[in-house]
Amino acid sequence: MTGMSDAVRPYAEGYKDFESALACGAPPWLTALRREALARFTSGGFPGEREEDWKYTSTRSLQQRAFIPALAASSAAAVAIEPARLRETPACTLVFVDGRHAPALSTAESTINGLHVNTLAAALTHDAARLESYLVPEPGWSADPFIALNTAFLRDGVVIEVDAGIRLAQPLQLLFVSTRQAHPLACHPRILVRLGAGAHGVLVETYLGLEGAANLTNSHTQIALEDGACLEHLRLQRESPEGFHVGRVHVTQQHASRYLSNNLDLGGLWVRNDLHARLQAAEATAVFNGLYVVNAHRHVDNHTRIDHLAPHTRSDELYRGIVGGGRAVFNGKVVVAKHAIKTDASQSNDNLLLSRQAEIDTKPELEIYADDVKCSHGATIGQLDEQALFYLRSRGLDPETARGLLIGAFAVTVLDRISVPELRVFARRQLSHALASQVVIELS
Amino acid sequence: MNETASMSTQTSDVEKLVRSEYRHGFVTDIEADTVAPGLNEDVIRLISGKKHEPQFMLDWRLRAYRHWLTMREPQWAHVRHAPIDYQAISYYSAPKSKRNAPKSLDEVDPKLLETYEKLGVPLHERARLAGVAVDAVFDSVSVATTFREKLAKAGVIFCSFSEAVKSHAQLVEQYLGSVVPYSDNFFATLNSAVFTDGSFVFVPKGVRCPMELSTYFRINAANTGQFERTLIIAEEGAHVSYLEGCTAPMRDENQLHAAVVELVALEGAQIKYSTVQNWYPGDENGVGGIYNFVTKRGDCRGNDSKISWTQVETGSAITWKYPSVLLRGDNSIGEFYSVAVANHHQQADTGTKMVHIGRNTRSTIVSKGISAGHGQNSYRGLVKVLAGAEHARNYTQCDSLLMSDRCGAHTFPYMEVKNPTAKVEHEATTSKISEDQLFYCRSRGISTEDAVNMIVSGFCKDVFKELPMEFAVEAQRLLAVTLEGTVG
Repeated sequence: MTGMSDAVRPYAEGYKDFESALACGAPPWLTALRREALARFTSGGFPGEREEDWKYTSTRSLQQRAFIPALAASSAAAVAIEPARLRETPACTLVFVDGRHAPALSTAESTINGLHVNTLAAALTHDAARLESYLVPEPGWSADPFIALNTAFLRDGVVIEVDAGIRLAQPLQLLFVSTRQAHPLACHPRILVRLGAGAHGVLVETYLGLEGAANLTNSHTQIALEDGACLEHLRLQRESPEGFHVGRVHVTQQHASRYLSNNLDLGGLWVRNDLHARLQAAEATAVFNGLYVVNAHRHVDNHTRIDHLAPHTRSDELYRGIVGGGRAVFNGKVVVAKHAIKTDASQSNDNLLLSRQAEIDTKPELEIYADDVKCSHGATIGQLDEQALFYLRSRGLDPETARGLLIGAFAVTVLDRISVPELRVFARRQLSHALASQVVIELS
Repeated sequence: MNETASMSTQTSDVEKLVRSEYRHGFVTDIEADTVAPGLNEDVIRLISGKKHEPQFMLDWRLRAYRHWLTMREPQWAHVRHAPIDYQAISYYSAPKSKRNAPKSLDEVDPKLLETYEKLGVPLHERARLAGVAVDAVFDSVSVATTFREKLAKAGVIFCSFSEAVKSHAQLVEQYLGSVVPYSDNFFATLNSAVFTDGSFVFVPKGVRCPMELSTYFRINAANTGQFERTLIIAEEGAHVSYLEGCTAPMRDENQLHAAVVELVALEGAQIKYSTVQNWYPGDENGVGGIYNFVTKRGDCRGNDSKISWTQVETGSAITWKYPSVLLRGDNSIGEFYSVAVANHHQQADTGTKMVHIGRNTRSTIVSKGISAGHGQNSYRGLVKVLAGAEHARNYTQCDSLLMSDRCGAHTFPYMEVKNPTAKVEHEATTSKISEDQLFYCRSRGISTEDAVNMIVSGFCKDVFKELPMEFAVEAQRLLAVTLEGTVG
């Protein structure tokens, strides 16, 4: 392979090891899919800052690390992952350690009628043909080098299917654990979620970095909601302070479906999330809630995009950031296609900038090609309200507590939009843990 | 009441209005001193030579040209057009009416005056009634300047750029390119190499310019891109208000227009720059029209200075324009008020940049975009707060009005903040004229056309109130004409 940049070479070489380590018997279409994706990645390389989508996020630090593919199964202590577990009885919990399924840490297979949960590895072994149409990239989604990379190293992950009309009461939890390794690993989990007509589900996707874990997690979640389906999704990113995280979530929505995303970024050294929903039929609704807490030298970038492709679709987005250091990037795009009349879209991005060492770059975008629409967006960057601080201080609170209270209140606005009560409690707990363990305010 | 019949008459009225052609479409038949199309160092030497420029100007132009050769045309704007052949453009054209430049209006070629007459710019009248000095640019060379003496008494220099290069070479050398360097961007660099004329304003320390300054720009000779250069300098405590307005004759070929405007405000100085742009937008099928790729930037160099941009953009097939302010001085203020209209097949990608560098700097952005027909209107703005800009404050409001189901309205605001004492706010809305509003007006006996005009005027009010009065009236009228028949 010539003409390949130095940054992609380790991946190309890693792929050879990866392919030979795979058990034989992969269907030919899958091998072809992987190889084609690898070729796409190696020829295109990592995105550069001249690309509009990467204007504020450099992939240089990512390129400097030569992550190797996770070939052998790793292990993690059950006690170490306990804090990230949903305490309320989940329908089932699947735990992955460094990209590979860890049955010992997971719950037994779900016995709920109408819910089918499998690891991707198992599904590829038993039922590969059925997955082909899910895995082959669909037109309409951006050609993304990280998705290509994920596809090239496709091995494990989760396949969730909920039959039409099934309403699940308990959440499902997927827990991806990253562990300390002598040589940092790259893991590429793939999650496929499909809700049949009228089905309801709650999904918690957690990324947890254990102490010293400096791996790259490059996950890709594909969600398809049939007519009237409803999914609440909590995506909680708690990578270690040395961890790299790339998250891609693609959602396809049919008539009257409802997707509620809650995206919490509480960890990671270098994080880039792309959340993209396509409202393909009338009455579909997407709600995006996001919260990012950034400090020290960390870099957290959230790109979201909502395509209103049919009339009478709705979206509502609120992202908030608490930035006490490092750099936070937000880019929210709302596209209203021709004929998507009566679209109702609102978007808001609010940021607290709390340190001289911090930077916020935000860009809310609207692209509208239909006339009878109601769209608005807003963005703010500011500080804690001096008057509110003064009030709390006059009531005898020390500056630190007063600031903590105000920051908490700012953040909780996002979490209060989570509709499932136990998820709200869980998210709050995770947030207070993050705020307590990170210095987000530079006390002056 | 036969509703269908009244509907159909209404529709035909509307169609008539929609099809109403560009009013100012005519070509003045004047022999022009035009250089053959093409661009190379010889052409630049020729332009410089024809204008009897000092050596520093030629050197500067050549530096710009050599840099331009290394640059590529930007692709990021949300506009589409056929590739521009820079070698097919003639870079110099001057009216050849008289050997020596006219000293008063009486000496001006009557044909030129007739052109202005048709455009509704009665120079004499305007000059007398409004007390405005008009520096009329016909193609590339200024032909008439009035009120020169009154200005001279106040110490204000207001002349064509070519004259300034000759008579005030030192000032030009000092300030030219100090806000928009020759290497700034593709079109600004091209302008630096080939610009032929423009306006020069210098307001000395402590002087309030005794009148509004105004220039009418026109594009006339076929195939001639017009590259103006405007430089306005307000010294310590000086105040100046500058108005720029333009229309162009009808033409089927796209004409490139790449102007550069530089404003320098020293300590306590205030510059107000207002534009009404009504260049030929192309016909209803999107044929023809001006490509308007402009670089406008103001530099609040001194403390307590203020620069305010107000623009009403109704013309041009493509507009690519971001009047910016560098807020360098402490307590300096930048403002941007804009109404941009994209009708038929017009494409507008416009907005502003506010760069907060000094302490306590403030900026306000109010942008109103109107899209109709197949028009595509984009707001693209940048608010940047550097680490040292303590207590910087920005407020941005950016609204779009959609008047057809085939047009588009887009918003791309960039906010980059590095200082934790900064407050930056942005809000944007997109909507159409609601049936309720129209119904209300119609039920009060107001015609649909008038009702639409009223609603649009209301939508743009925040911007129009920033314009000098006579311009505000003109802008409102222009908007009404531009949007005739867009809502049936």
